Amino acid sequence: MDKLLKLLGTNSDFTTAEIATMLGEPEDYIKAQIKEYENKGVIKGYQAVVDWEKVDDSYVEALIELKVTPKKETGFDEMAELCMAFDEVKSVYLMAGAYDFSLIVRGETMQDIAMFVAKKLSTIDGVLSTATHFIMRCYKDRGLNLVKPQHQEDGRLLIL
Amino acid sequence: MIDYSKYLNDKIQFIKPSGIRKFFDIANEMDNVISLSIGEPDFQTPWHIRDEGIDSLKKGKTWYSPNRGFSELLKEICNYYKRRFNLTYDDKTQTLVTVGGSEGIDLSFRALIENGDEVIIPEPSFVCYEPLTVMAGGTPVIINTKNEDNFRLKADDLRAAITDKTKLLVLPYPNNPTGAIMERKDLEEIAQVVIENDIMVLSDEIYSELTYGGRQHISIASIDGMYERTIVINGFSKSYAMTGWRLGYVLGPAPIIAQLTKLHQYGIMSAPTTAQYAAIEALKNGDNDVNHMRDEYDMRRRLVVDGFNAMGLSCFEPLGAFYVFPCIKSTGLSSEEFCTRLIMDKHVAVVPGTAFGSSGEGFARVSYSYSIQHLKTALERIKEFLEELKQ
Repeated sequence: MDKLLKLLGTNSDFTTAEIATMLGEPEDYIKAQIKEYENKGVIKGYQAVVDWEKVDDSYVEALIELKVTPKKETGFDEMAELCMAFDEVKSVYLMAGAYDFSLIVRGETMQDIAMFVAKKLSTIDGVLSTATHFIMRCYKDRGLNLVKPQHQEDGRLLIL
Repeated sequence: MIDYSKYLNDKIQFIKPSGIRKFFDIANEMDNVISLSIGEPDFQTPWHIRDEGIDSLKKGKTWYSPNRGFSELLKEICNYYKRRFNLTYDDKTQTLVTVGGSEGIDLSFRALIENGDEVIIPEPSFVCYEPLTVMAGGTPVIINTKNEDNFRLKADDLRAAITDKTKLLVLPYPNNPTGAIMERKDLEEIAQVVIENDIMVLSDEIYSELTYGGRQHISIASIDGMYERTIVINGFSKSYAMTGWRLGYVLGPAPIIAQLTKLHQYGIMSAPTTAQYAAIEALKNGDNDVNHMRDEYDMRRRLVVDGFNAMGLSCFEPLGAFYVFPCIKSTGLSSEEFCTRLIMDKHVAVVPGTAFGSSGEGFARVSYSYSIQHLKTALERIKEFLEELKQ
């Protein structure tokens, strides 16, 4: 049921009744499919895509490149586990390229993040170097355009 | 002060302007209007197609194309019709690239129709057929299709409308505004009447790719005995979201295409060059884009039909195009009253069915070429409107 996952992936706000109508399937079937995906860990969770810049909390995000020495038996996985354990670390990616891991880290200020990297990340056994890049603005997240005005004019003209 | 009416010909002055204009002038003055009235795709032309067009300009390809269109495009059109609709046309003698399907329709009327010829036009249908018939010197003969027939053209109605002056039947399916399609059995019945009475058919198939419910569009040209008496109109506007590029084509018997080419040559010279380069790419590599867009439309179609039926505005299931044609008779209002009050009270714009012919009275055309969120919001507002009407 690719179409179901695609729909939920773009907007998980639909009711099961709406999804069932759109896909031309019985609602019970859709409910059962969703449950199955959740149980199998295909669907990991549901989160609202928030434009944090509109909220009056101070927050900063940074993209951190990590170069590491992988452990003998466990390869990169153990390093990933150590990074994931921090609440500040929102995403962890294993990369192929000029560095090994890419992390998205969130803090209240740039200083906050810098201190986190210096005191907690760089000090992990096996970390060779870090490079911190601060995210200045998020334009698009998970396929959603965050900068489009709420009521955007439709560029089309009336044509019968 | 010059009285221009003495210079303008009688035919053009006789044609009424679109009755819908004043209605949408109201809409344009309002804020926060949720429109469901637009008749073109909300998708933009896929990037790889746009790229080819842009590339052709960068390479300086800004001159006229050959009159009938680039030979590569003509070949690809014929390949496409063979692979999608199992119809074989010769790219050298039976194919003409036009400025939109619209030019193809106009050329066909002007080449076929002369004074006194009758053109049968099923309604509700797109607004161009009647005025273009009049301009070509013909007499439009309207057949009112019915909701209970899912707005399909019935053989008996066709038979009753034919006279010894009938030359041409217009067959606009999948249909704007109703979303109706004609299936094989319907087309076979029509074909029988057409062949018996020795008339030609103009099959406007511009929405052919937007056929749903697991059904494949069938062209009347593929029915036995019809290939030699059908002019097929199609194009790139709806299938590939290329409305603004203005590109279409005509397929048909060689002697007809030869005459249309003559008219096209004198009137237009050739269709836009940039659009043709883009269209070649569309036909070669655009199948996935069409499938993706069709799937999107299909989801929206189901949501909107379900929404209208749930709120008591009965809707037959449209199997083509991107329109839904709910019946608003239960409100006791006329189509125009319904649409005017809906836009005034709830700022939702839909098109009165009467814009497409008198048989559209009691109906409204709702387009679903919008995002699902937009459609959901519109349906909620229409539901509120109906509830307030009851009070």
